[in-house]
Amino acid sequence: MALVPAITDIEQLKSHPALARLLEWNAGVVHAAKFDREELTLWIEKGSIREACAILRDDPACPFNYLCDLTAVDWYPSEPRFEIVYHLLSIPKKERIRLKARLDGSSPVIESVTSVWPAANHYEREVFDLFGVRFTGHPHLERIMMPDNWEGHPLRKDYPVEGYR
Amino acid sequence: MTQFPASAVVEPGQDRTLVLNMGPQHPSTHGVLRLVLEIDGETIVRIMPEIGFLHTGIEKTCEAKFYQQVVPLTDRIDYLCPLTNNLTYCLAVEKLLGLEIPPKAQWMRVLMNELTRINSHLVWLGTHAMDLGAMTVFLYCFREREDILRFFEMVSGQRMMTSYFRIGGLALEPPLGFFEKVKAFADRFPGNVDEYEGLLTGNPIFLMRTKGVAHLSAEDAIALGASGPTLRGSGIDIDLRRDAPYTGYENFKFKVPVATEGDVFARYICRVQELRESIGIVQQALAGMPEGPTKADAPKVVLPDREKMKTQMEALIYHFKIITEGFTVPAGEVYQAVESPRGEMGYYIVSDGTAKPYRVHMRGPSYANLQVLAKMCEGRLIADVVAAIGSIDVVLGDIDR
Repeated sequence: MALVPAITDIEQLKSHPALARLLEWNAGVVHAAKFDREELTLWIEKGSIREACAILRDDPACPFNYLCDLTAVDWYPSEPRFEIVYHLLSIPKKERIRLKARLDGSSPVIESVTSVWPAANHYEREVFDLFGVRFTGHPHLERIMMPDNWEGHPLRKDYPVEGYR
Repeated sequence: MTQFPASAVVEPGQDRTLVLNMGPQHPSTHGVLRLVLEIDGETIVRIMPEIGFLHTGIEKTCEAKFYQQVVPLTDRIDYLCPLTNNLTYCLAVEKLLGLEIPPKAQWMRVLMNELTRINSHLVWLGTHAMDLGAMTVFLYCFREREDILRFFEMVSGQRMMTSYFRIGGLALEPPLGFFEKVKAFADRFPGNVDEYEGLLTGNPIFLMRTKGVAHLSAEDAIALGASGPTLRGSGIDIDLRRDAPYTGYENFKFKVPVATEGDVFARYICRVQELRESIGIVQQALAGMPEGPTKADAPKVVLPDREKMKTQMEALIYHFKIITEGFTVPAGEVYQAVESPRGEMGYYIVSDGTAKPYRVHMRGPSYANLQVLAKMCEGRLIADVVAAIGSIDVVLGDIDR
């Protein structure tokens, strides 16, 4: 299982059903793609994330009907700072795919996907709580892990890890 | 942790309802789960789980540790299946490194992982039955669980926080006499499952408390992200051990129990059948256990054996370097999913090419499964909430991390 170099050329990856479906819908929606360690990652335009998710969910050929996981990565101090990461699974086809959307650090806001998968509810609350990313259209966006009066977002890279709070 | 919005409760015309607090210190919530119930008489109008009481910030802690130092942290996430957590983390890092694991280590991982599944299901079965009033089953289950904890102690020295799987293989060779003892247990265990089933499966009180209770449809289960027996109890046939095999599961033959009713009893049947399938996998692993090393041949990643470290200069150097500086992992990211006793356990690890993980995220199966609780309980009686919580088998350590 030696590591092979990642494929980052969208043209070479076009045969994958999810990427083909998204490009057919809107050619500008996929910024970049990467096939690394047997996993496909697509960077999606942040304004279209909900529609892209809905299209992948309802794709008759390979429906990605299951949201496995939703989380974020903080790339502080570089910009765009946040990456929201969606892991999708197609239960009928047993395929996996990872979607990503990049957000600026100054106003991290993205559309919620709770209308596509209600499962996103708790995950988005967790990302809001620990990263301070806001999800528009979320039914109940409040802190979930930390106390309500907590200041700061602990999983951000600039959050102090030692000393008094 | 959120406050229950007061305005939603005392609206005009809504004053029939009462808000009842359940937990966080309540035996039937299996940990520190707090439920805020809005009830109309005995009927539940709304149910709102509140979590975070056990939040320990493990994801943040991981970012400050070397890759090999994260393994003991993973034990503490889902404390009923520590080895499954170890396995998921190790598989993810091995995928990042592109590391090949020797066959004996893989088979041992399967063997221990299935024992962990039995261990976890026994705790679930005992506590679930006790929640519903069947006290005896609890004692029987914990009798067998004790045997399994002794096996954990034999291989790793620990009963619960094992950290037995390491990046690149196992911590230690299994001791002499280990396989014989597991074999004796595996031969005896199907009879024990018959015992549990004899107490529950045909028991009219248990049936009344479970059949048709806390129904969950297949569509809701998928939309709400349920996994594991909670999903299979609603008729979705998916098991990652079979559908996306890892650590050598493709060499084993087993059935995936699926029930279509979607009630508490269906989930019970799925898990009890899984006990039988798991012990079958244990038998296969014992029968076909290959010979050979239990650690990968990667001196920069895997700690050398103790004897070598004390007698060979090179091994001493590698040992010193791994302990003091860790080992670097090529930049990239992986998501590794494993079928834990509760469902899909996934570790998402981002590496920036240094010796410490840039980001570790754990997708706990209980975290998603908890979201179906509202769907199961709303419109039903308070007494059914206890059955519903038991049937999704929540572990709060896994939810809060």
